[in-house]
Parts: sequence; structure tokens; C-alpha cells
Amino acid sequence: MFVAIILILVAVGSVLFHLWSPWWSTPIASNWGYIDDTIDLTFWITGVVYILILFFMAYCVWKFQYREDRRADYEPENNKLEWGLTILTTLGVAGMLAPGLIVWNDFITVPKEATAFEVVGQQWAWNYRLPGKDGKLGTAATQNITDENPLGINPNDPSGQDDVLIQSEDLHLEVGKPVKVLMRSIDVLHDFYVPQFRAKMDMVPGTITYFWMTPTRTGTFDVLCAELCGVAHHAMRSKVVVDNASDYQTWLAEQETFAQSIAEARNKTKTIKTLASK
Amino acid sequence: MADIGHDAADYAPPAELEEVDLYHAKSWITKYVFSQDAKVIGIQYALTATAIGLVALVLSWLIRLQLGFPDTFNFIDAAGYYQFVTMHGMIMVVYLLTALFLGGFGNYLIPLMVGARDMVFPYVNMLSFWIYFLAVLVLVSSWFLPGGPTGAGWTLYPPQAIMQGTPGREWGIIMMLLSLALFIIGFTMGGLNYVVTILQARTRGMTLMRMPLTVWGIFVATILALLAFPALFVGAIMMLLDRVLGTSFFMPHIVELGEHLKYGGGSPILFQHLFWFFGHPEVYIVALPAFGIVSDLISTHARKNVFGYRMMVWALVAIGGLSFIVWAHHMYVSGMNPYFGFFFATTTLIIAIPTALKVYNWVLTLWKGNIRLTLPMLFSLGFIVTFVNGGITGLFLGNVVVDVPLSDTLFVVAHFHMVMGVAPIMVIFGAIYHWYPLMTGRMLHEGMGKFHFWITFLGAYLIYFPMHYLGFLGMPRRYFEMGETSFVPESAATLNEFITVTALIVGFAQMVFLFNLYWSRRNGIVAEKNPWHANSLEWQTPEMPPGHGNFGKELPVVYRWPYDYSVPGVEADFIPQNVPAGGTATGAE
Repeated sequence: MFVAIILILVAVGSVLFHLWSPWWSTPIASNWGYIDDTIDLTFWITGVVYILILFFMAYCVWKFQYREDRRADYEPENNKLEWGLTILTTLGVAGMLAPGLIVWNDFITVPKEATAFEVVGQQWAWNYRLPGKDGKLGTAATQNITDENPLGINPNDPSGQDDVLIQSEDLHLEVGKPVKVLMRSIDVLHDFYVPQFRAKMDMVPGTITYFWMTPTRTGTFDVLCAELCGVAHHAMRSKVVVDNASDYQTWLAEQETFAQSIAEARNKTKTIKTLASK
Repeated sequence: MADIGHDAADYAPPAELEEVDLYHAKSWITKYVFSQDAKVIGIQYALTATAIGLVALVLSWLIRLQLGFPDTFNFIDAAGYYQFVTMHGMIMVVYLLTALFLGGFGNYLIPLMVGARDMVFPYVNMLSFWIYFLAVLVLVSSWFLPGGPTGAGWTLYPPQAIMQGTPGREWGIIMMLLSLALFIIGFTMGGLNYVVTILQARTRGMTLMRMPLTVWGIFVATILALLAFPALFVGAIMMLLDRVLGTSFFMPHIVELGEHLKYGGGSPILFQHLFWFFGHPEVYIVALPAFGIVSDLISTHARKNVFGYRMMVWALVAIGGLSFIVWAHHMYVSGMNPYFGFFFATTTLIIAIPTALKVYNWVLTLWKGNIRLTLPMLFSLGFIVTFVNGGITGLFLGNVVVDVPLSDTLFVVAHFHMVMGVAPIMVIFGAIYHWYPLMTGRMLHEGMGKFHFWITFLGAYLIYFPMHYLGFLGMPRRYFEMGETSFVPESAATLNEFITVTALIVGFAQMVFLFNLYWSRRNGIVAEKNPWHANSLEWQTPEMPPGHGNFGKELPVVYRWPYDYSVPGVEADFIPQNVPAGGTATGAE
């Protein structure tokens, strides 16, 4: 009796906790509402099965508890029942998998109108690069990295000259505009993760990874690293600000391009050298 | 010979081979230290695994103290925290769970349950334990070397694992990789033994379809381990070369602290494929023995045959096979080709079907049983609850697109602790309460056992069930401290405090369990022979605990499956496997 009651309490308690929990997904800020829907669907299907199994166990424990004068049933197999349960389970699994795969297809199919920008991770800071007026990101590689070119942009690629660099500062995005997030790392694995966007992807040195999304509301959101990247992993933070169109343009106009940053770096070295020679 | 498992026979085929004489210990040292008796080796494995498991338990407390009460304990810094997390994970998965299920229960139970006098290669079996012991020592040594143990996370992902920014870069990672390599060598020796013994040394009449599910679970898990561990072995050796000799198997061109390193051309994702080609079967290497053992516990203590025995066997085999083609579901957001997602999500959700069948068959075994709420039964019930809970959260993570927001959050931590931590450990406890009388001749103390069960079961549930919700919230795993964020409410810190306090209490209950193991050895109630009225052969030995050679003069002959409980028309509610058709249980009232 006692054991059966506890089993029922576990089932009921879990449901109540779920209903009253103050901890749940953050309010979404991207187009990936379908992901949340798939989670809800999975919750319903699996939750019902879980509660049914617990109640069934509780009933058995209560009803069939040991008595000297009772005997257990003898039924080694029951093909009908076993196959019936197999088919039901298969249907339930298909019911979760099919919508999941459809949404996954959306997730990995980047729309043509998405504009690309780049996230570059390093221990333990975030840098970003946006395409300049030509709308194209220049090529880049870890091999190109120097003191004045910390993101390794190819200095000989003309389309890279007007790329906008944001180093260790907040990233801004325009609301309602789909973006393709290209990701690079120059040292170890990192993972670009904004909880409200629902999307995340590892950043792997030596290769470029991606996902796409559309920010759907303005605001400032935390960027976290979600792949263990060494001793300061938890402190690798940044922010992304989703602006309306005019705020975004104002912000963009104030940012420095690759060509400018190189020129500035060279000027600095020159000044230091002239000062030193004097 | 009956091909349907549950039909009893009145004859058994003649022996195909004559018995081979055993190694007989000549001194105390060859009997208890360098022993070649699988029962002693099993206990050696179990004790070593428990000892290193205690280290992992203490580490889990330290992890929880930091998460529950950040900025409180000065002796825990970020480097230490990542070292605790890494060592806790690796010890629990490999050095405790794998070693205890296969090395411990495998060694003790396989020969007894299939009706053999010992493993077929006793000397290799002895070597297997001592190499495992050496692997544990090498692992522990990393605490005493400069830099301490590695803090790379138990997944040891390069490049991070062998770079300056990760604690234990000096010696810790080297010792970890060496220890794993040793473990795998030792395991292979034991594993070949288990497989060959099960295939070649079963007694007369013990067909494969008459083996207890415990043996089936360990058998399939061992085959998985023999095929999966080599991938980890190769990965470990290659990373060792990257670290020590500067090769670039897993290392692309890297700039570290503004300096170009000499690496180039390697692939960090290649390591992940090797790791998870091992790592996913590893989940089932732990789970399948638990599935097998719990089937036997439920059947014996519910006085009813396992429902759908043949389905249970085929489900074990199917899960084992499928477990080799699901590995990349650990890598959905790793940056691998995203089209892999379709394949691996499909295979992963398919594996849920045979697994769900096993759950149905366990609860259907309870249906119309005559359920004794003994400690093994209580732990089995606890297993079903936690396993189903952890299994369904696996359906979230396996469904590729649902994994994207949840991956690398506390949801994952809660999921795998529930499904491959709590659930299999419930089975380990149930199994110890069940077989302790066989091993020692005495029963474990019931009161202490009940205390242990309720605190462990409810406590573990209270730890991990709410933790999933922190994952939904978006709290990442492997964070030394959450720090300032705009999305984590203060109540999350309160929940973390609650989880920490509960974890300390559950940890304390394990001390009671260990005390019970020690205390009952001398003071427990003396067990009658076959105290649970079980059918399988390990309880039918002439002496209890079974002596050298297990079965006295004559090996038992098997006439029926191990689940003849409450057979209609027979007075006793059990008929041991060595009773011919028409016979009755010896020793049954």
C-alpha cells in the first residue's frame, strides 16, 4: 500500500511540478517557435506514457502484493499483446520523429535572403565580423592571424577590406532580418549560444560551421559559450542587441572596417617607431 | 531439445567434452590476492570499483557545493571544479559502472549461472583484474603529479584537452589517456573470457534460450564492449601522440595566446566520432547488464515468470546492434555535416522501441504476480521509475532539432544521470541485496536497507527531476558559476541549493549502505539456502557461499528455463533449472 502511494505521489508530484515550475524556457526571440512546439509535443506523448506506467506499477504493487494463499499467474508470452504494444510504440515514436525531422530540415536549409555574418571564438572572448558595403565577407584563415589582424582575415581579398569588425564588444542584429551565422574558432571548441534564439552550434578550429535564424523581437540577450573551452569557459560572455532598422543602421555606421583597423594599427606602430627613433 | 524456452524436458544431451581440472590455489596469496577463481576476482573488481567510486562520490559533493553555494568555498577554484567534474564523470562511467557490472557481477555470476566451474581462461582473468587495478592507480596518480588531474571534461575533447588553458595539461591528461588504454587492455582480457565461457562452457541442457537474462545482458554488453572500446583505445593513443610527440591527428592550425602553434591539418571532430563510437555503446554496456539483472530480480521477487522472455532476449540483441549506429546523436551541434542529423535521429528513436518493450515486459511481469516487496524488488521498482523517466528525456535529446536548444545544458546532465547513473545504480543495489546472501551466507540488514532505498530513490529523483527544468531555462552544463545573466531568475539559485542539500543527504545514505555491507558480514541473519526461492543455478550449489569449483562433484544438468515460478499444478511456487520435467523442487516446502 505504502509503496503504491509513493509511486502515485511521484507521478502526481511530477505533473504538479511541471505545471507550477517557475523554471521554463526563456521567452523566445527568434523564428524557431517550431522547436518549442516539437518539445511540447514530445512532452505530451512521453508524459502520458510515463504517468500511465507509474499508475500501472502502483496498481500492480497494491493489487498483487504477496499473500501466502495466492499464486501468481503463469503466462510466459502473449504475442498479440507484445506486438500490439510494439505497434503503438512505433506510432508514438513516429509521431515525434516526423515533425522533428521536418523542423530539422527547416533548420539546416538557409533561405537565400539570409545575410551572413561571422562569429569568431577564442579563449575566452567573442569577436564578430559583418559584411561591409559589398555585402560579402572576405575569406579568412587562422594562418593569417597577426597582431594587427587578430581574426585572420585574408589581407589580399578585396571583399574583406570593408568587413566590419567587432572585437570584444556587443553584437547588433536587425530585427526581422534572417541571418546566416558563420562560426570559426582560432583555438579550441566553443559554442555560440543565445538561449532566447534556441539555436546553438559548436565552433571548431579549422572549419566553418553555421546555423540560421531570424531575430523576432528587439532587446539585449546574453551570449554564452556552451562547449567546454578551458578554465574560464563559464566567463566567456558577450551580448547581442537586436535593434530596429534605424538603430541598427546608426550603430553599423559607427563601426570600424578591416581596412581602417589595419591602417590604424600601422599608424600606431609608425608613431611608436618615430617616437622611439627621436 | 525444446526450442521454446519455457517447455521443460526430462532429458539433457550428453556432455560434449570431458571436464578440465581447475587451478587449485596453493597459498593464501594465490587464493585471495593473485586469485584465479572468478568469484574472488569478481569481488576484487567490486571492491576496487567501490573504492574508486567513493572518490567519485566525494567529487560529486564538491561539485554540488560549488553549484549550490558559489563564492562560499575558497578551496574550490575554477580549475579545481573542472578537474572534479572530469574525474567524477570518467570514474563513474568507466572505472565504477563498467568495471562493477562486467568485472564484478560478470565474474561472479557467469560461471555460476551457466553451470561452469570457472571462467575458461582463469589466468587471463586474474591478469584482467590486476591490469584494471593498475589503471585505477595510474588514474589516481594524476592527483599527485604537477598540475593535477585533467579538467578537460570526461569527453576529453581536443584541442582543449591538451592545451594550456585546461587544467592538468602537464601530466593529468597523459595519465588519463594511459589509464584508459590500460583499462581497455585489462577489460579485453576479461571480456573475451566472459564471451567464451558463455559460448563454450555452459553445462548440459543449458541452451542459449535457457540462460537467465542476467547472463544474456552481460553477454551482449561484453560483445558491445569488445567492439566499442578499441575506438576509444585508438583515440586515446592518437591524442597521446598529439600531446607528447606533437603529431596532429586531432589538431588543426591553432593560435593560442597570440602565438601560432606547430600543429596543423588535424580534425577535432574526428576524435568526437571515435569517442562516441565507443561512448554510445558504452551507455548500453552499462544498461544491458542492468536490464538483464533487473529482469531476474523482478521475476524472482514477483514469483512470476519474466513476461515475454524471447522478446526480452531479442530486444537485448537489437538494442546492442542498434547502439552502434546512433553515436553521432551526441554530436548534433558539433559542426558535423548537418545531414547526418536525419539518419542519427531516426536510428536513435528506433532504438526506443525495443527499449520500451523491455519496460512493458517488466511491468507486465508484475501484473498478476505475487509481489514480495523485498529490498531487491524495491530497488527494481525504483529502477523502472528512474529508467523510464531518463528514457523519455532521451527522446527529447535524440530528436535532432529538439536537441539543439537543450544540448550542453543541465537538461543533458539531468537526463544522463537519471538514465545511466541512478537507474543502473538502483539495479546494482538491488543485485547486491539479492546476491549478498549467496556471497556471504548472511542477509543484509532490512531496516538499514529500507532507509537506504527510500533516501536514495526519492532523493535522487528530487535531485534530477527539477534539474531538467534548469536546462529548459538554458543554464549550460560545466559552468563553474553562472555569474550575471539576464535570463536566470534568482529562484534558480534556490533550487540549486536544494539540489545540493539533497545530494549530501543521498550521499550520507550510501555510507549507511556501506556500513550495512560491513556489519552484516558478521552480524546479519544467517541466510537459509536459496533464501529467495530462486530457480537459477547459482542458488543450487551444494554449499553456500559456493566453494572452489562451484558445484561440488557433479556439474548440474539443466532441464528447464530459469523462470518456472508459480507453474500451475505444482505445489511449490518455484522449480529450479536442474529439476527434470515432472520432478519437484528440492528444498521446497
